[in-house]
Amino acid sequence: MEHPHGLSRIYPVKPADVYLFATCLIDQFAPEAGMDTIRLLEREGITVHFPEGQTCCGQPAYTSGYPEEARAVARLQLDLFPQPWPVVVPSGSCAAMMRHHYPKLFADDPPVLAKAEELAQRIFELTEFLVQVAGFAHPDSGEPCTVALHTSCHARREMGSHETSAALLANLEHVAVVEQARIEECCGFGGTFAIRHPDISEAIVTDKVASLKDSGTRRVVSADCGCLFNILGRAARLDEIAGSPAPTLEGEHIASFLWRRTGGAEQ
Amino acid sequence: MSQPVHFHAAADFADRSLAAVNDAGLRRNFRSAMDYLQTKRRAQFTDDGELELLRDLGQAIRRHALANLPDLLEQLEARLTANGVVVHWAETPAAANAVVLEIAARTDAKRFVKGKSMVSEEVGLNHALEAAGIEALETDMGEYIVQLAGEAPSHIIMPAIHKTRQQIGELFAARLPGVAYTENVDALISIGREVLRRKFAEADIGISGVNFAVAETGTLFLVENEGNGRMCTTVPRIHIAITGIEKVVAKLEHVAALNSLLPRSATGQAVETYQNFITGPRQADELDGPDEVHLILLDNGRSQAYADLQLRATLQCIRCGACMNHCPVYARIGGHAYGTTYPGPIGAIISPHLLGLDAAYPLVFASTLCHACVEVCPVRIPITDILIRLRNEAQARPGSADATLRGSGAGRKTLVSTIWRAWSLVYSRLRLYRLTSWFMSRGRALSPIEQGAWTRSRTPLVPAPKRLRDLIKERGK
Ligand code: SF4
Repeated sequence: MEHPHGLSRIYPVKPADVYLFATCLIDQFAPEAGMDTIRLLEREGITVHFPEGQTCCGQPAYTSGYPEEARAVARLQLDLFPQPWPVVVPSGSCAAMMRHHYPKLFADDPPVLAKAEELAQRIFELTEFLVQVAGFAHPDSGEPCTVALHTSCHARREMGSHETSAALLANLEHVAVVEQARIEECCGFGGTFAIRHPDISEAIVTDKVASLKDSGTRRVVSADCGCLFNILGRAARLDEIAGSPAPTLEGEHIASFLWRRTGGAEQ
Repeated sequence: MSQPVHFHAAADFADRSLAAVNDAGLRRNFRSAMDYLQTKRRAQFTDDGELELLRDLGQAIRRHALANLPDLLEQLEARLTANGVVVHWAETPAAANAVVLEIAARTDAKRFVKGKSMVSEEVGLNHALEAAGIEALETDMGEYIVQLAGEAPSHIIMPAIHKTRQQIGELFAARLPGVAYTENVDALISIGREVLRRKFAEADIGISGVNFAVAETGTLFLVENEGNGRMCTTVPRIHIAITGIEKVVAKLEHVAALNSLLPRSATGQAVETYQNFITGPRQADELDGPDEVHLILLDNGRSQAYADLQLRATLQCIRCGACMNHCPVYARIGGHAYGTTYPGPIGAIISPHLLGLDAAYPLVFASTLCHACVEVCPVRIPITDILIRLRNEAQARPGSADATLRGSGAGRKTLVSTIWRAWSLVYSRLRLYRLTSWFMSRGRALSPIEQGAWTRSRTPLVPAPKRLRDLIKERGK
């Protein structure tokens, strides 16, 4: 598979064990996406280990200009993965943080840096792992449907995993992935940007909701919960304003969608 | 030091951006302009492999120039001097303007024509000239339009991109005697040309920018599409070029490589209509050209960026504007909301050096860090990493080792710092995290102080009744 410049990497053979770094958003707000991630991986014959000590990758503080606070949180995660197993992250954004930004965060602390660099090599975004390492190939057993894929900016521009998300959907026989305008444009979330610049963020996410709806589907999936919460929260608020009786846009994490489409029980 | 006159207090950035996002006409103008420019650029770079190689080359050339900056500037000065060009060094905008005014006074020059130059905007040259009773006419069509409207450029390449042709037609009809309203683009351009041609012949001094200054040959390279730049640099008896100290490159062949990126990244053109290589005043055996050529090399805070190995990459910029053309924030608020000479992602990373971080820090937070700018920058400036660094600086404890720039720490707010310290405590102490998230999932509500900004536009985030860690435990039983 083609990767944006500098993103190509060498993939290991399918391992017997992986770690799951589930992200703080999934732990607290979308645990079913985490459970479906575990189910997808276990079906590939892989044992999933969830280190209970995990909290957050530290990205919120890192991108907000609080490096000390980010380091304190990231430091805790570095010790959670002692075995040389891959670490699967069901978020392109958090995966990019651990893979590309941990080494920058600890650049001035050589012993920790070595640890961060070693860990960075083992970080895989979920869909990247399913396609490139696990060789995911399960037939689609769902009813025909349409869906739009939202790829996060970090998935697209730092992990290259927009391609693996798209590839997984393309392999679902009864799923038509719709074309959407400006698929590569940001949804306006940007972590604390949404709070620091609510007006600009609202303008961007309103446009994103419009192009998703214009694409002719009511369902969006994404490998990033941050974007999903932003997009769906805005769509729901717009529905409230319009007095719409039913949601005009619904969505879920790609792990849940994949699990259901490929024979997993209805969750 | 005088600041550009159109620079507004940074604190007003939120107000200006709110006004901009609520201006439906402005939003439409920028959206369609950005879509157009993005499509044009994409059509220029159909071969990804070629593009990435060119970007590697562009980055290497600019890095090489910066790594040797003092030597190259010395060489440039020597070569230019040998070619008969007078070189002036200006540390501040005021010093740059003073050089121009001195030349004007010495030569009794009263009328100026100007080619497009963002550095002249940066120093507020037009206002300095106006204050001295000198007329300076912008001759680039876009610059002419914004000058006529009494505005500042809203884009570094296309200064009047915020205006529709209807708005330009109205402006011309209102401001130019004897001109009737038209929205025909060709008619508008010929109206403007008509006015400008007359002025070229009368002008005493022509001002221009510089795209690249070549150290080995002492050549000033200048690109443009309208021919006005060539007029400004050849017709008046004096030509004054003004540019930043970072625009130097070592070799003439470097210009060819960089220019294979510049117009394609900027306007999606394969090549500009005019490429000017200026090597000095008219020689004894030549028919055309100015009697005097001057180059003003401006610092204005660039040496602060140069001194820091990470921030130095900011100076790699070749001012193509691709970063703003692809920026989701710029597309929503346009250039004027930034309040600085340079808007968009490049504006956010260069302005803190030109104006001080205390004045410019709101801009470094005006980004989602989506990396679209990083993806298109022809010289691979790590814009998002630099933004994060500037965010750190903006909020650093004044006097600490992390506060290294002019104005560092100005964006630090006690309440926000306290929230982040609390956040860090919760997420770096497992027991605390377990406790808080347990309370959140039982209470099904978020307490952090700032949900307000989120729920203004969205339905609230609701914690799940059971956390993933609870579900995993239950399953294991
Ligand atoms: S930062 Fe890069 S993309 Fe932006 S203007 Fe400069 S060279 Fe162009």
